[in-house]
Amino acid sequence: MSRFSQANSVGLVTPQVYRFDQPLTLASGRDLPAYDLMVETYGELNATASNAVLICHALSGHHHAAGWHSADDAKPGWWDAYIGPGKAIDTQKFFVVALNNIGGCHGSTGPTSINPETGKIWGGDFPTLRVRDWVATQARLADRLGIAQWAAVVGGSLGGMQAMRWTLEYPDRVRHCVAVASALKLSAQNIAFNETARQAILGDPDFVAGHYAEQGRLPVKGLSVARMIGHITYLSDDGMGQKFGRELRSGSFDQGIDEPVEFQIESYLRYQGKSFSKVFDANTYILMTHALDYFDLAREYNHDPAQAFRRALCNFLVVSFTTDWRFAPARSREIVNALMRADKNVTYAEVESPYGHDAFLVGNQPRYENLFASYMQGIAV
Amino acid sequence: MRLDYKIIEQWIKPKSRVLDLGCGDGTLLNQLALTKQVRSYGLEISEAGIQACIEKAVNVIEQNIDEGLHNFDDKSFDTVIMSQTLQTMYYPDKVLAEMLRVGRECIVTFPNFGHWRARMQLLFKGRMPVSDLLPYEWYNTPNIHFCTFADFEALCRRMEVTVLDRVVVANSRWGLDVHRLNPNWFGETGIYRVSR
Repeated sequence: MSRFSQANSVGLVTPQVYRFDQPLTLASGRDLPAYDLMVETYGELNATASNAVLICHALSGHHHAAGWHSADDAKPGWWDAYIGPGKAIDTQKFFVVALNNIGGCHGSTGPTSINPETGKIWGGDFPTLRVRDWVATQARLADRLGIAQWAAVVGGSLGGMQAMRWTLEYPDRVRHCVAVASALKLSAQNIAFNETARQAILGDPDFVAGHYAEQGRLPVKGLSVARMIGHITYLSDDGMGQKFGRELRSGSFDQGIDEPVEFQIESYLRYQGKSFSKVFDANTYILMTHALDYFDLAREYNHDPAQAFRRALCNFLVVSFTTDWRFAPARSREIVNALMRADKNVTYAEVESPYGHDAFLVGNQPRYENLFASYMQGIAV
Repeated sequence: MRLDYKIIEQWIKPKSRVLDLGCGDGTLLNQLALTKQVRSYGLEISEAGIQACIEKAVNVIEQNIDEGLHNFDDKSFDTVIMSQTLQTMYYPDKVLAEMLRVGRECIVTFPNFGHWRARMQLLFKGRMPVSDLLPYEWYNTPNIHFCTFADFEALCRRMEVTVLDRVVVANSRWGLDVHRLNPNWFGETGIYRVSR
């Protein structure tokens, strides 16, 4: 039996493009005249459309959350460990919708698309986006799919921010919000990491102010370094130590031997950076990290997250991971405390994991799987 | 239902806001939701307890009570409950003070270490008491701060805490309510309703 026809896999999936011709006024004030959304769905929408779950992706995510595109795929969708028949987000129960957000580079309208006004690639001229813009486009997608109310809006990291924003923008359209490894807003340290990553891209001579594509260039070096910086912050010190330690890939420290030494972690990070820079767009990276930095759930609620959450009508599951220092458990506790002050139904678990921020994506973590699955099983459809 | 839960339930006002410290598998909060329509949160640190709460759709928050209740506002709950957990705390007095800050009323239940069987074990065997209720050996018990009813009431006086109600639960095997006559000798579990 092939791996994509396994009983707990959604199997082969085909993304679909949804075209939206009604202009969207963005939070920045600029208008997006029309846009495409690249979408994948798993499971069946029930007769009353009460079993729909929206998956919001994080910084480098996209619409391909589960299953396989072809038998040749090296890896399944990015959240395949948690979406599928019998998995935490059970596709036998739920109709799961995953999309690539606008500004992305996996088929939805973004910096790599053509600007209809100029006939040229948007590049660095693509409008700045905020989390609420994504939520607005997701709401239009829900309308198109005939989903008046999501059984749950689910996301990790930046995806969790979208899920929380949903509960404030469209309170009556969400019954459950699941925010994993997320935060009410980024810390100064987080913004600092993002800015360092952006500077790596901006400083690459092949970036040419974001118009590299028109000139047939690609800021591979800059995007690689940006990804390397990001990647370090997604792993934990312990996890990295366990996986790589001080193992050498080549060279030697033996006395009398003068040859260049390369640690495994160096080679691993370079590989990660390089492969990422080939499949991801540098302008999207800048746009996504800006959206992260700008997000502040309570900004227009007197900077009081409890006041913000009083608008929400849904139940919440908040999960964090012990070794996540990018979106530390303390950030999740801020979400939980605000929700309790706002008198909302909330459950919070702090899962022990060696995987740092990436833990929310990693499978084979029984506690995470069990509590996630139990929570989702408890959702009435 | 556990007898102490039944008594606690009688003291809970319908539709009130309840915080349960060390809520375990969520049985009590689940019960209170059904019978009293309370709005509640339970704090718990055991993975199994948290998982069981999620399965019951009880609002459970993973939080170590020994680190305080700093994330809760003054008098933000009608009742704060701590059932069979006080004796596991590093600083029972500080936890009690925190409970009284956060709750308008508090309910505390704990095993009575002054029960005659415990006294007999220590007096005649010279060994730390082990019983059905307290099945642990001294070296592996989570119960690190035992007290008797007299001890708890002395703490309440020192902290100027008012005991509003006290129910003593005991196994009345001889058909005698001796625990009513001398609770500190014959009571097994104390259920206190306190405020400040």
